[in-house]
Amino acid sequence: MRKNMVVVEGSYAVAHAVKVCRPNVISAYPITPQTHIVEDLAQFVADGEMNCEYINVESEFSAISALIGASATGARTYSSTTSQGLALMHEALFNASGMRLPIVMTVVNRALSAPINIWNDQQDSISQRDTGWIQLYAEDVQESADMTPQIYKLAEDEDVLLPAMSCMDGFILSHVYEPVILLEQSLTDEFLPAYDPEFVLDTKNPMSFGAFADPSTYTEFRYKQEKAMGVALEKIEKIANEFKDIYGRYYGGLIDGYVLDDAEIVIMAMGSIIGTVKDTIDELRTEGESVGLLKVRSFRPFPTEAIRKALKNAKVVITLDKNISIGKNEGALCTEVKACLHNTDNRVPVIGFMLGHGGRDIPINIIKKIINKAKLVEKGIFIESEFADLREDLA
Amino acid sequence: MSLLKPGHRGCAGCGDAFAGKFVLDALGEDVVIVSPTGCLEVFTTPYPESAWGVPWIHSLFENAAAVASGVEAAMNALGKKNNTKIVIIGGDGATFDIGLQAISGAFERGHDITYICVDNEAYMNTGIQRSGATPLYASTTTSPHGKVSIGNPQHKKNMPAIIAAHGSPYVATASIGYAPDMIKKVKKAAQVKGPTYVHVHAPCCTGWKFDSSKTIEVGRLAVETAMWPLYEMENGEVTNVRKIKNRKPVEEYLKVQGRFKHLFTMDGKNEGIKKVQAIADWNAKHFGLE
Repeated sequence: MRKNMVVVEGSYAVAHAVKVCRPNVISAYPITPQTHIVEDLAQFVADGEMNCEYINVESEFSAISALIGASATGARTYSSTTSQGLALMHEALFNASGMRLPIVMTVVNRALSAPINIWNDQQDSISQRDTGWIQLYAEDVQESADMTPQIYKLAEDEDVLLPAMSCMDGFILSHVYEPVILLEQSLTDEFLPAYDPEFVLDTKNPMSFGAFADPSTYTEFRYKQEKAMGVALEKIEKIANEFKDIYGRYYGGLIDGYVLDDAEIVIMAMGSIIGTVKDTIDELRTEGESVGLLKVRSFRPFPTEAIRKALKNAKVVITLDKNISIGKNEGALCTEVKACLHNTDNRVPVIGFMLGHGGRDIPINIIKKIINKAKLVEKGIFIESEFADLREDLA
Repeated sequence: MSLLKPGHRGCAGCGDAFAGKFVLDALGEDVVIVSPTGCLEVFTTPYPESAWGVPWIHSLFENAAAVASGVEAAMNALGKKNNTKIVIIGGDGATFDIGLQAISGAFERGHDITYICVDNEAYMNTGIQRSGATPLYASTTTSPHGKVSIGNPQHKKNMPAIIAAHGSPYVATASIGYAPDMIKKVKKAAQVKGPTYVHVHAPCCTGWKFDSSKTIEVGRLAVETAMWPLYEMENGEVTNVRKIKNRKPVEEYLKVQGRFKHLFTMDGKNEGIKKVQAIADWNAKHFGLE
């Protein structure tokens, strides 16, 4: 363990990262497995370690709504939620992005009811795909913590001004204790400038926020949000490099590769499953298999060009999804990767596997089974997309 | 000129527009207005125009009290609060129905905000559908009178009492028919620290079906018949009521409005009017209006 590392819970590492970002207003409502983050933040405030307003609201809907008001007033804002809480926020998520308010939220990914389930998958944030929020997915606790100032810098960039979700897998990352470097206040102050927006609710310069747009103007609001996502696409890479210069850590920008360049079989995934995939690849590489990983950090904006480039030499692409679009029999990553390759000459087969729903464990042998199934494509047996780990006795 | 600028798209004779104007007349420039979705929101801000001469924000239908909580918290955190008032102006649907949870949360937390409910007793923006504020027997598009219906079957919810039960230091009812009284109460509500509430009765000529020149008159009739009692509550106790000299029978209020017309023409009409009169009698007795 390196000298400046400490063993803390994932939630603490993230709460600490939020603290050094100096938010002015926090608003949150408790829901498992997000609770430890907001409890740690409440304790920082109670101990006088944070100079911010902490609003204990009566629902997630009011949590995000309070931040809409606070952000429009010029505050740096933070919330965290998951699953049902995020679903409850749905309407307000569109509203925050439409008003171009750079609210930052940690989504501690969890399955949705029914049946009620408190464990991890990524159905919650994936289901908010089209709300106009930036979505980044972290692989481990250190990346979750480090993603926090990065995502503030991105969201608050004057050419971006979009709300952003930093996604971390529930329990697997939020409740694990592992060695991390807690973000230094001095480095964070150097990395992340104060938030000083041009347009705020100000009695000396009155402006109207949230006007009514008719068909003659509405389209261009959406167009400008999309354009801002395009700017974010460039800035994510730039900000990751700036972070590297100051803190010395780097996780890739939009995407990251692991023994990717010569890989014939490329596995694509997001979040904590990446670690298991890397271990699987290490084992298979010693056995001579040509397998590599393409980690997707940014799901929104979706890195179409970067993925096209990274898959240039792939013979088979496997996507791993901890979600499902019911009725399409595919996870979202699968659908998006297929779509991003469609208008290219690259006709590489993309095979989707859905797994890890409701917190079901994903051991190495399941990843190996998936790879073996995907290899059947070489024998002409094509699988479109399927559940990777069904229990025969219940299915 | 008023801080709610002319040229907005409100109906001629709109009670909401009077209310918005009176609120700004009372509070001046040092105010941030939060509006939930509703008539006043829609007709004052057709992008890129805005009638608001003060900072104004609209987010959604059901979250204005939470948005205002965030504005207040941010102003405190950024050291910008000083004497600035944070005031919500919401319709009855946003207040009685869809936004009630957020209001309850904000009042319980004790933010320094003032909530003004501009009550026109139905969802007028969407076309006169009933709300929890619609009075007994009013005919609306979703509580129409018909062969087996006498109109809205429910009583109007007692919203000021619900707010008072949260421990609000100042709750008042007002009417656009009595502008000086309303302005005085709005000023007081903004001056009292903590979450305060003014419930403004605002007749809607379009929804209540009366001539657009009669808005103030209809507002006054509601008060003069005790259908809309004017009072103030401080820390849960009624501390002031506006007395009525020569209380008028409710027929005088009902007969000028199309939404109650059926009460005068349908079978058993006297029973219906009698029940409405009983509401006015209860108000008169409960608040000691006479």
